[in-house]
Amino acid sequence: MHSRKDRITALIMLLPSLVLLAIFVYGFIGQTVNFSLTDWGGTGAPPPLQENVEKDYIGTQNYKDLMTGFLEFPFRNSLINTFFFTVFFLVGCLLLGFVLAFLIDQKIMGEGVFRTIFLFPMSLSFVVTGTIWRWLLQPKGGINVLPEKITNVTLFDKHIFPEFLRVKVLDSGWMNSREQSWTFMWSEVPKYLTYLGLILFGIWAFNALMAKRWRTLGYIGVGAFGFGLLYVIGFWDKVFLPLQVPAAELQKGYNAALTGIIVAAIWQMSGYVMALFLAGIRGIPEDLREAARVDGCSEWKVYLYIILPGLRPIILSAVIILGHISLKIFDLVFAMAGPDNNQTIVPGILLYTKAFRGNQLASGSAVAVVMLVLVSLVIVPYLWSNLRTESQS
Amino acid sequence: MTLLRTQQIAWRIIVYALLILMALTFLVPVYMVIITSLKEPSTINLTSSWDLPKELYFESFSQAWEVFKPRLLNSFVLAISATALSALIGSMNGYVLAKWRVPGAKFLFPLMLFGMFIPYQAILIPLFDFMRSIGMYGSLNGLILIHVVYGLPITTLIFRNFYVEIPTELLESASIDGADFFGIYTRIIFPLSIPAFVVVVIWQFTQIWNEFLFAVTMASPDAQPITVGLAQLAGGEAVKWNLPMAGAILAALPTLLVYIVMGRYFIRGLLAGSIKG
Repeated sequence: MHSRKDRITALIMLLPSLVLLAIFVYGFIGQTVNFSLTDWGGTGAPPPLQENVEKDYIGTQNYKDLMTGFLEFPFRNSLINTFFFTVFFLVGCLLLGFVLAFLIDQKIMGEGVFRTIFLFPMSLSFVVTGTIWRWLLQPKGGINVLPEKITNVTLFDKHIFPEFLRVKVLDSGWMNSREQSWTFMWSEVPKYLTYLGLILFGIWAFNALMAKRWRTLGYIGVGAFGFGLLYVIGFWDKVFLPLQVPAAELQKGYNAALTGIIVAAIWQMSGYVMALFLAGIRGIPEDLREAARVDGCSEWKVYLYIILPGLRPIILSAVIILGHISLKIFDLVFAMAGPDNNQTIVPGILLYTKAFRGNQLASGSAVAVVMLVLVSLVIVPYLWSNLRTESQS
Repeated sequence: MTLLRTQQIAWRIIVYALLILMALTFLVPVYMVIITSLKEPSTINLTSSWDLPKELYFESFSQAWEVFKPRLLNSFVLAISATALSALIGSMNGYVLAKWRVPGAKFLFPLMLFGMFIPYQAILIPLFDFMRSIGMYGSLNGLILIHVVYGLPITTLIFRNFYVEIPTELLESASIDGADFFGIYTRIIFPLSIPAFVVVVIWQFTQIWNEFLFAVTMASPDAQPITVGLAQLAGGEAVKWNLPMAGAILAALPTLLVYIVMGRYFIRGLLAGSIKG
């Protein structure tokens, strides 16, 4: 069937898509990187939003400003927020998703109904979710008064719940909250990142050790040493620490204003993790589970020793899918807290306000590049390993 | 034996209790949206927000409908046309990648897939520049073009993985009967692809309907889809919440209906987007 003419036709049919993606993905990424190294008409006319703006190259000045500039603290806050958002969102979705999948897997009646209820938020737009939760999280109403309402329910003028179970109205400000916990100084970030990096190297080295891949182990050792050295010689301090900023601005931490957004995000996405896990659990042969039960394993142990190890690739997929969603989150934060809330700022919002409101297109491009790098750190190894396993099979 | 039996029953009770508790928790926002959208605006206040409406008030829906009609129409035009185009092109791409030898396909394919994971913020500013230079910035057609292009990776992926399963012998026998590249596609591949089309169409429709970033940055007011309208309505200060809630229901209904009617395929799309190969 592979006549020469047909093979050429096939290539011609594929070509437009390849060209479009080459331009719209790689060409534009290249341009974003390029813009991020310019001042985008910062010094001369015509003003930024006109066409054919004169762009002068200013090297990495935009990045330096983002990391150290006095006025750019929203960028630093957005990075910290993204970190906490990602961690809590991931942990929450994975735990809740696993519990839901576990419960649904217990051969229950009405499985379809429960699955539909847990998964339907997934079909909504983040904007719809955000609008609804914005109303639910009004400081003096909604979720704050719900526990009080439920525990003080009366029947024939008598309380149903005993005194000690009745609670008062909560007073969380949710997205309006300005509280900060787990505070640390911005100058300590390189230290923590170095620790985190060394731990990752350690896990990787442990895997290589178990697999007895000595050469890989050697490379990891060299890599970890170099990585640690960067910190010791004070490289990071040179890159982004000479801040001329009041001390209060240097204090970072977990912003309580994020909590509500994380809850809404978990509400929307944990059903997805449940669906992933359920597909994985159902993929494990029933014989295997039965054999373990016959050997005297309790249902819980069957999960711990048979099912969880079988789910490892799915957990990885879930982490990567959710991780890249949370790194680029935009619409949910926009709908719940608005684009101007400094407590809940994330890079996606910052880019929007910079580029499409503030006419800072060069600085916005730099934010975009940082986002791309963060997402790529998660996605590229994943695509790479998928490619490898596929060519092996 | 009886002890074991009691244990089993106790376990089942715990499982059902937990499931029902979880389900109720998941439905709390739904309850709130519905009751708020049915309340007369002056009766909505924070302390009584959980109470059922004293009288049903349907006017919020007709008001929201009036406000959102043009945006809903935009959303339908956008989602339907972009879905159809990206599905058709993706099907052709998938056919070529699965059944024809393409030089460098091993590298081209992951390079294509990368396009569906990038944060679109990373291309937003050059895209804005580009759309303006070709005169499509702000128009609904421009938005359709954007969604078609960035939809190609996922549609290509789903179709390619589907077509890999079709036995090549089937294609060869058609080829012996004299079918060329397009003949094989129209006679064998396309008729067999209905399930893949269902998955892709549902996935793309929900994605495009729900999308916000391109919608808020690339569309002028008369081309804006429903998500932007809803965000603007709810984002204002001192909003009366009956209208945003009714609007949220209107904005959610199409994708929700798709999900409830075609849930099985919806889940398949979800899984296809995350597990490859």
